[in-house]
Formats: sequence, structure tokens, C-alpha cells
Amino acid sequence: MAEIRSYTMNFGPQHPAAHGVLRLVLEMDGEVVQKADPHIGLLHRATEKLAESKPFNQSIGYMDRLDYVSMMCNEHAYVMAIEKLLGIEVPLRAQYIRVMFDEITRILNHLMWLGAHGLDIGAMTMFLYCFREREDLMDCYEAVSGTRMHATYYRPGGVYRDLPDSMPKYQPSRFKSQKEVDRLNEKRSGSLLDFIDDFTARFPACVDEYETLLTDNRIWKQRTVNIGVVSPERALNLGFTGPMIRGSGIAWDLRKKQPYEVYGKVDFDIPVGVNGDCYDRYLVRVEELRQSNRIIKQCVDWLRTNPGPVMVDDHKVVPPTREQMKGDMESLIHHFKLFTEGYCVPAGEAYAAVEAPKGEFGIYLVSDGANKPYRLKCRAPGFPHLAALEEMVQGHMLADVVAVIGTADIVFGEIDR
Amino acid sequence: MSEALEKLAGLVLARCGDGLERVASRCGELTFEVPAGQLVSVCRCLRDDPELKFEQLVDLTGVDYLQYGRVEWATESASNMGFSRGRDLAGPAGEGSGRRFAVVYHLLSVAHNRRIRLRAWCEPGEPPMLDSVVDIWSSANWNEREAFDLFGILFRGHPDLRRILTDYGFVGHPFRKDFPLIGNVEVRYAEARGRVVYEPVAIEPRTLVPRVIREDNRYEAALKDAPRKDVGHG
Repeated sequence: MAEIRSYTMNFGPQHPAAHGVLRLVLEMDGEVVQKADPHIGLLHRATEKLAESKPFNQSIGYMDRLDYVSMMCNEHAYVMAIEKLLGIEVPLRAQYIRVMFDEITRILNHLMWLGAHGLDIGAMTMFLYCFREREDLMDCYEAVSGTRMHATYYRPGGVYRDLPDSMPKYQPSRFKSQKEVDRLNEKRSGSLLDFIDDFTARFPACVDEYETLLTDNRIWKQRTVNIGVVSPERALNLGFTGPMIRGSGIAWDLRKKQPYEVYGKVDFDIPVGVNGDCYDRYLVRVEELRQSNRIIKQCVDWLRTNPGPVMVDDHKVVPPTREQMKGDMESLIHHFKLFTEGYCVPAGEAYAAVEAPKGEFGIYLVSDGANKPYRLKCRAPGFPHLAALEEMVQGHMLADVVAVIGTADIVFGEIDR
Repeated sequence: MSEALEKLAGLVLARCGDGLERVASRCGELTFEVPAGQLVSVCRCLRDDPELKFEQLVDLTGVDYLQYGRVEWATESASNMGFSRGRDLAGPAGEGSGRRFAVVYHLLSVAHNRRIRLRAWCEPGEPPMLDSVVDIWSSANWNEREAFDLFGILFRGHPDLRRILTDYGFVGHPFRKDFPLIGNVEVRYAEARGRVVYEPVAIEPRTLVPRVIREDNRYEAALKDAPRKDVGHG
């Protein structure tokens, strides 16, 4: 009989289950993984270095492109760090809008994750179901910012503008008949808040639908139960955050433990896993979908009854309106200074973190008093999760590697930065 | 909030030795500077002491202080002399003039819900060196590789200090302040040779918005309230 020896296998970077551009060098003993060495950096764009050469506000758009499936959460951490150094208090309405969009972003991210994770390990239908709901949330992004993904909606001092009174509508085309367009536009006839309200009403039924497909599915369980088990002690030591640490049974959520904006005022629960395997992390994320929906509903109700400013009234940081600029010399000067030079941030350092869908997304900002950051460091939640991949896949079969990559919710935009 | 912070500061100083130096902060964060020699022992103490229990290393990052406080226009005098394209760094180097590289650690205690920041200055000389904390927190592994890759900081005792983010065969450490933003080499596919070739960059570096520091007395008052560095704590 031939002697079987361990061999090295290359996985990715162009592999659909690599979730982007992960190159994984696997040392195999038959079907069993002995060692896994992820090679990252294929999407490295030096975001942090680019930010050092630009005034503060011009880097907000780069933040969207870090974790490109949870765009506004990244912006949120960045503007929070700037606000912390400037000592700005954001208006309450802007805080509610931010919380609402953070949670919309969480649902966007988890739907993307659920669809892709399902697809990876054999549940094709999930992908189509999840993208159906994602489309509606993308429209919310479009309604406030004009773009479906890279919004640049949060600004130091608040959000760019108040919620719009109308939703963007579909137009008839070669691909969509008038009847189809009428059906799609039916829910889009009111304001953005009406549309989101309607979404929160129908979304729980959608989550039930996903669960019907997966939660008690025998194949799903065979692929996820007892795969990639992480003990709570190891999860802490490995720097896990977000659903990854909660899946291991530690009830740690920045929204509860270190509340920012108005998270202290809304009502929601933190789901926690028991076994720390892929299946528990799946359950945690699905429950987070429901909890996010709850938060969005509360924000919608508050925002309906409480009009107010969405931006601070400090024209040293926030540009004056077009109207003011046309009639007032001081506003014109403020406008000119802000768009040519930006604003200077007092010297010091700050770390601001938000509970992004994937975990703790933090921005460490060092300022020397200039109009550009001196050093910007993005603490990406996916980075330690991917670093722990080797530990999680050791002793598992090759096919489980895909399940573990999926459960870690890897997005290369933030890992490679 | 600040009371809890003062309590924690006192606790850290009492438990983890007196080599620590507290750094003033204006936004309610606790920062200590750790002498390079004591780094590992201080970190171990911060993790293991039951009253501190910083079980998690949230982030580890290098910082290059080479051009700290240096600007492209000295705004006080430039308006008399006219404004350039902002290509030259003017003014004296700031705080970082003696020491250049630092590594910043962000720690989190899940048990006590507290955060702390440590900064350790690398030993001077090239390459900058510091002890590794991989043995204390596993998450330091990739973060130290990143700091090595981007800043060229060597971590003594790291099990596998390889480049992580840059290309295979990359030369230099791109996040150093003296590394140009446009890089040194560019890549293209050479049809004649049938392969990808590296060539010196063909474009000129360009400053779109010059770097300036403007005096702003609105922020001075806030500074007076913050704990000052020269007042001893603990």
C-alpha cells in the first residue's frame, strides 16, 4: 500500500468561498487540516496612510470602503473619534438617526452573511431570500444619501441631512413592466420613515422564513454543529468581539456595556451562545436580526414625533447652508475655509469604538493639532477573527474550512484596509 | 466617569510598578507610557491581577512620530510670505524629535468593563525593537506582524514575524512617515517580456491640501481641566 504523506494545498485567492481575496495555504493529512496559513493583504489600499494626507472630512468616504457590507458603522466610529477630540455633542435627533442606520446596517450585514454562509455550505435558496430584503434596505441608504452603498452620510457633528419625505421610485423599463413597477412602488409612496416602518412590520416574518429553511435543517446542523468550537477563555485571548464572542457564551456587547449615542435609551436583548460552535454563532446572528428590527422600530417611533436639528450649529466644523452662504460674509468665509483647508482638531489621541455587525470596530486617532489626522488606525473586528482561523480549523476536514471562514464573517475590505 | 478613571489609574500604578507614566488626556481616556524594558511584566500584571483583569488586547499598532507637529505652511508667517504648493515640511519637529517609533496597546477588561491604553517607545536605533506580547495575548500575533510590516518594528520573541499586508517581496515599510504616499515602485505587465515588471514610479508626489496647525484658543480652556502630565498621580 502506498504511503500517504501530508501535502500542501493552496486555497484561493480566487475562490467563491474565500469571501474576497483570501489566500489560504493548507497543510493537509488526507482530508484533515494540519496547518492553515492565511495570506492576506491582496486588498490592501493603505486607507490609514491615505487618511493622513487628507483633511478629516475627506476620509469619511474611505471608511465606507473598509467593511463594505456594513458601511455606516465604519463611518460612525470615525466621526465619533473626531467628535471625541473636538468635544462635540451631537443633537439628539442625529443620534437616533445614527442608531437607526447602524441597525439597518447590521441587518444588511447579517443578511449578506447569512446568504453567503448558506451558499458556501449548500443552502442556495438563502442567498436569494436574503438579497430580496437587502434590496429594501439599500433603498433606505439611497433615500438619505443618494447612493446605495458608500453613503458618506455621517459627518462630525451629526448626519449630512434630515430624513427625506419621499422614497426613490422604480421607473418602467425594458426589464420592468408598469404593473411590476406599480407593485414595487406601492410601499415607496410615503416618506422614508413610512417605508422603514413597513419594513419592520414585515421583516420578522422573513426571519421566520429563513429559520424554517435552516435552524432545524439536518444538513445545516451537520455542517455547523461542533465545527470551529472556541472556548470563552480562548475567545477573549484571541481578541474576539461581536457575535464571535457572544457565540462562545460571553454576553459582551458595546451597545449595552459602553453605550454610545442613544443605545442606552432603546430596549433590546443580547443573544448569547452556549457551545461556541458555528451553529451557535448562526443562532446569535439570526436573533440579532430580530433585535435590530426592534431597535429600528423604536427609533422610527421616536423620530416621527421629535423633529429637530440633525447637525450641530458650529460653522467651524460644519459648513453653513447654501442659503446662509449667499447672504452672509462670515458664512462665506466659513464655507471657503472648510472646503479648502478643513478644520483643525486639537492635539491629542482618542479611541472610539462601535459595535459593528462583525464586532468591535474602533478608530484610534492621533492628532497633532493639524487639519489632517497624524495617525489613524482602524481596529477591524475581522482581523483577529481571521487570525484565529488556524486554531479553529485544526483537525477539521477541508470542507469545514469553508464553514469556519463563513462563520467568522470575513470581509477583506476591513482586514486588508 | 472621571472618578472611576482616577481610581483605575491609582490601582494600575499601585499594582503594576512605578515605571508607568500617565499621559494627559482630554477625552476621558486613560493612557500610560511604559518603559520598553518593563513592557512584558506590566502587561502580564495587567492581565493577571484579579482587580485589573485586562483579558483582551483589542488593538496593537505602531506610530511613527517623525513628523509630529510639523506643518507645510507656518500659518503665523505664511500670509506675509505667500503660500507655496505645500511640498516642504516647515517648522520644528514636535514632541517626537528624540524618540521616533512607539507601539500603542489598547486593552479591554471584559470582566470590569474598563479600557486602558499603553504606549511603549521602541528602543532607539535601526531597526526599532520591542518585546513581543504574543505570550500574553494571542491576538497580538497578527497585529505585531502588521506593525513590523508597516513600520519595521521588530518584536523580540515573536514566533513568526513575517510581512502580512504588503506584497510578496515588498521593499521598505510603507507607513513610516518618510515613505512617500505614492510609493517607490509601480507595477505593469510588460507585453514584450510576457510578465509583470516593477519600475520606479513615474508620477510626482502632490499635495492637495497643505498640512497646517492653527492656534485655536477654544480648545485651550478645555486643556486646563484635564489632568496635567507634570502633576504626579498615585
